[in-house]
Amino acid sequence: MASNLRSPLARVRGLGSAKDGTGHWWAQRLTALALIPLTLWFVAGVLGHVGADYAEVRAWIGHPVTAGLFLLLIGATFYHAALGVQVVIEDYVHNEWAKLASLLTVKAALLILGLAAALAVLSILFD
Amino acid sequence: MVEFALPANSKVGKGKFWPAPEGAKTTKVFKVYRWHPKDGANPRVDTYEVDLDTCGPMVLDALIKIKNEIDPTLTFRRSCREGICGSCAMNIDGTNTLACTKYISDMTDEVRVYPLPHMPVVKDLVPDLTHAIAQYSAIEPWLKTTTPAPERERPQSPEERAKLDGLWECILCFCCTTSCPSYWWNGDRYLGPAILLQAYRWIADSRDEATGERLDQLEDPFRLYRCHTIMNCTRTCPKGLNPAKAIAEIKKLMVERRG
Repeated sequence: MASNLRSPLARVRGLGSAKDGTGHWWAQRLTALALIPLTLWFVAGVLGHVGADYAEVRAWIGHPVTAGLFLLLIGATFYHAALGVQVVIEDYVHNEWAKLASLLTVKAALLILGLAAALAVLSILFD
Repeated sequence: MVEFALPANSKVGKGKFWPAPEGAKTTKVFKVYRWHPKDGANPRVDTYEVDLDTCGPMVLDALIKIKNEIDPTLTFRRSCREGICGSCAMNIDGTNTLACTKYISDMTDEVRVYPLPHMPVVKDLVPDLTHAIAQYSAIEPWLKTTTPAPERERPQSPEERAKLDGLWECILCFCCTTSCPSYWWNGDRYLGPAILLQAYRWIADSRDEATGERLDQLEDPFRLYRCHTIMNCTRTCPKGLNPAKAIAEIKKLMVERRG
């Protein structure tokens, strides 16, 4: 293989630094932090509605504050999941085409699921 | 993809058995990884029974005794025998450490000795560190200044000097780097804990004037951000250093300079 004739330093330097990655890392930490209170609020809210009928739960979700927190929870969850799965794929999938395909598939799937969840909340809010 | 199993030519077979000399009272079994680049055979694990009554207290003493008195074909690196050169870094009983500072008496059962994990092997216990050393030169580990050199030494306050403690002690034995799963999977691009600790040693140096350029060179999804805080590096460091903390400090500076 021709690449074996490159010097060790040339191989290490490669294509240089991407000057990127900090935003990804920081966003993953911030969404993790945001998910702590949001998840606790969500669990408490669901427990508080055990035994409630359909209309009561709809009214709860349709309240602007509840709907807003739901949108934040949905946004943080799916964004955090996308960032996390991206790292796992980059770690373990080394074929460039397989990496690109799996990254796009996973991100599209999470985007669709996140949008569907957010639109469900909005449809109740504007009902 | 990640290699979950060894390739066929790396599967380790059973090796030779070298019994203790007659009359040996206290013996210890050493199982040592053996591989020769020229004989075309797979690696094997040789078993040596070492007479501890005529052997020094460290694992390195036993390896030297094996080479001198039992099997001169055994190959390993060693130099200072006091934990300062980093040559005898190897995997002993499942943990990367220095053979010269590891007591034989610390090990309850047989002593398993392998080369540092996931590096190409030159022979027996000698790993090929070419790539890791090239990564070290890539971070340009020397003082970089634009200000002309002063007449005397460059001054540094005791507080500024204290920031280098826990960093300058690194002897580049690569125990940490070769214990890091992230380095196993992506070592071609990820710099690994030893090199990132060394990079931070220059970032933290108050006399250095290239801090921003050093951060620029590290800011990369693979060079720096493959660290997932697994902490194997800190757990295994035979010098008791904390490479994971040095990496965290670099990440903090990356965020700090953005806003």
